[in-house]
Amino acid sequence: MLGKRFGRMAVGTMAGAMLMAAAACGGNTGGGTTSSAQPSAGASDAPKAGALKVGLAFDVGGRGDKSFNDAAYAGLEKAKTDLGAEIKDLSPASDGSNRGELLRQLADAGYNPIIGVGFAYGEDIKKAAAEYPDIQFAVVDSASNAPNVTGLLFAEEQGSYLAGVAAALKAKSGHVGFVGGVENDLIKKFEAGFAAGVKSVKSDAKIDVKYLTPDGDFSGFKAPDKGKVAAEKMFQDGAEIVYHASGDSGLGVFQAAAAAKKKAIGVDSDQRQTIKETDLQSVIMTSMLKRVDVGVFEYIKAFQGSTQGGAKGAVGGNNVIYDLKVDGVGLATTGGEIDDIKDKLDAAKKDIIDGKITVPAKP
Amino acid sequence: MPAGLYRALLTVAGAMAAIVLAVAISSVAIIAAGASPQAAFAALFNFGETERSVVNGITTMINRSVPLFIAGLAVAVGFRMNLFNIGVEGQYRIAAVCAAYVGSLFTAPAPIQIVAIMVVAAAVGGLYALIPALMKVGRGVNEVISTIMLNYIAINLTAFLVRGPFVGAREKGQLTTHTPVLPESAWFPDLNVVFEMFGLPAPRGGGLWGFLAVAILLGVGVWVVLERTRFGFDVMASGLNASAALASGVDPKKMVISAMVLSGAIAGLIGLPEILGDKHSFGSNFTPGLGFLGIAVALLGRNRPAGIAVAALLFGFLDRAQGPLQFASVPPSVIAIMQGTIVLLVVVANEITSRVALRREERRAAQQLGRNTPVEVAA
Repeated sequence: MLGKRFGRMAVGTMAGAMLMAAAACGGNTGGGTTSSAQPSAGASDAPKAGALKVGLAFDVGGRGDKSFNDAAYAGLEKAKTDLGAEIKDLSPASDGSNRGELLRQLADAGYNPIIGVGFAYGEDIKKAAAEYPDIQFAVVDSASNAPNVTGLLFAEEQGSYLAGVAAALKAKSGHVGFVGGVENDLIKKFEAGFAAGVKSVKSDAKIDVKYLTPDGDFSGFKAPDKGKVAAEKMFQDGAEIVYHASGDSGLGVFQAAAAAKKKAIGVDSDQRQTIKETDLQSVIMTSMLKRVDVGVFEYIKAFQGSTQGGAKGAVGGNNVIYDLKVDGVGLATTGGEIDDIKDKLDAAKKDIIDGKITVPAKP
Repeated sequence: MPAGLYRALLTVAGAMAAIVLAVAISSVAIIAAGASPQAAFAALFNFGETERSVVNGITTMINRSVPLFIAGLAVAVGFRMNLFNIGVEGQYRIAAVCAAYVGSLFTAPAPIQIVAIMVVAAAVGGLYALIPALMKVGRGVNEVISTIMLNYIAINLTAFLVRGPFVGAREKGQLTTHTPVLPESAWFPDLNVVFEMFGLPAPRGGGLWGFLAVAILLGVGVWVVLERTRFGFDVMASGLNASAALASGVDPKKMVISAMVLSGAIAGLIGLPEILGDKHSFGSNFTPGLGFLGIAVALLGRNRPAGIAVAALLFGFLDRAQGPLQFASVPPSVIAIMQGTIVLLVVVANEITSRVALRREERRAAQQLGRNTPVEVAA
């Protein structure tokens, strides 16, 4: 009786999983150019189907944000098509109370590696990593904190530097603005890089800076109303272009830019493409791309490589930083508004890659 | 059949009917979301293949139920006298951050340390609930309005405290903030021994929270206070008929203050299972929203400790399935729909069953009096 019920459940679960696999086609495979941060030997070997099971856990309200989290999912999907990985993504309860539990359920279901998207996973991954020492974990935007945890970090300041160069070249008055979601070390990297980029073009440029909420209060990433008020003030004071690093609050920045007939710079993904409000597309001059998809995919690839005798260093216990050199960050060109300054942007990019310019990570 | 038994059976039957109806309504929602209800309900009961994953699942369910049970108790104490303490949410958050901080300041033998933290939490929660109580007694401010407003103040004050005065050291590269980590003497021992007694493996994570024992004691305590003491009688009398209670010598002001403070003090303990049993600090990942869920749990449990325990376990059981549902490709928001419909339908069922019972009582009284017309009987 009990056995029969368990059997039925197993069948139900299997059927569900297969449905999921069948349904998980289409969507945006954000792909494009992917160069490896740590090229791993053996990754080019034909992978055995079903050998690689990758689990991914989003943070609250993650999946479907058309930006950061969906980029992570795009990387996961690419791993499915390119590496033959079996994939599963989970979202936590709306109060985020079961982040750790999701990681454990993925681990118990045999997924390895397991990726947590967002810094909120930092502590939960540390605990889960201690409980499952044989499984590799990765966390996006948070540093490695255990021998089997890889931190997937991005050189946001380098991409923001290019955004700053573009803004300064486009803003005739030399007056620009920056809206940060939460005043923490992560978002300060955006500000520092942006300011450095602006100053490199116009040393007397004026940069308005506004953070929506102080450190520790993460509502600043989900407050379009606050973003709108902040950007409106900047535009009224004479700013021509406002760069935002504020998650969902960026919508308010775009609305303010549209109302003021000025420009804005998006963040994380190519927001001119992903934004739902089509009338706001034209205000997004460019976007600072943070290629979470590249980070996730390269990590999975490196993991697969290591299981096939490749470089172990690519997984576990260290941080991998995705920078300009590996196109982990960059600028979006959709709309063609920055095509005329491409030479200068490429020159700045080359200088950063060559080490001639060191972009500060702190304002 | 004795009237009491009849009524109890009727209540249970009503609850069962409500749950069956809720399952039917949820099925419609699941089909609308493009998934299979069968897979969804299989996922609810799917605790995994191995012994360890079953143990993990049960632990998750109970660990989720413990704070919900305490929240339900806190809300119920007010509800029993028609005092709507919507401020449980704010009371437990501010109590949690203060207790976590105070607990990190000193090191004492484990029992003393843990009791001290619990006392701080209860005191802060009680004091915060004292504000709306005094406003109601002194100036007639409706406690629903004042507690909702005080929630906003508490939530923002808590956010300020955890990143400002009460902030602890952060690891390099860590972006979340939390209070200093509690000394090990404040870590509440887990109850994994329960599983080991049955020869099962210990669960992963923080284990089965030992605070479960405190919650059970608290439930018994609240039951005794509400059902077996003068205070509990006064609470009930004030709730059923405030003017009659006043006429029979119950001081309404004293009742409002004491019931509200008791409710707040219990609310203060809601965050402790998580802090003492698992996270060992109050941080940005602290579970919010338990105070509001407590209202639903108290309604579902009809403001009685035993009922609240069942309701909390039901919510814990449903919440546990967040992961398995996604493994079965069912959107986990189905859980929220189910919880909502169950609460709504159970409340409706309660009303219907009490009317049916009342009518039966009237008929019985009429028969005994030898008349054919029904007699009005108070419930």
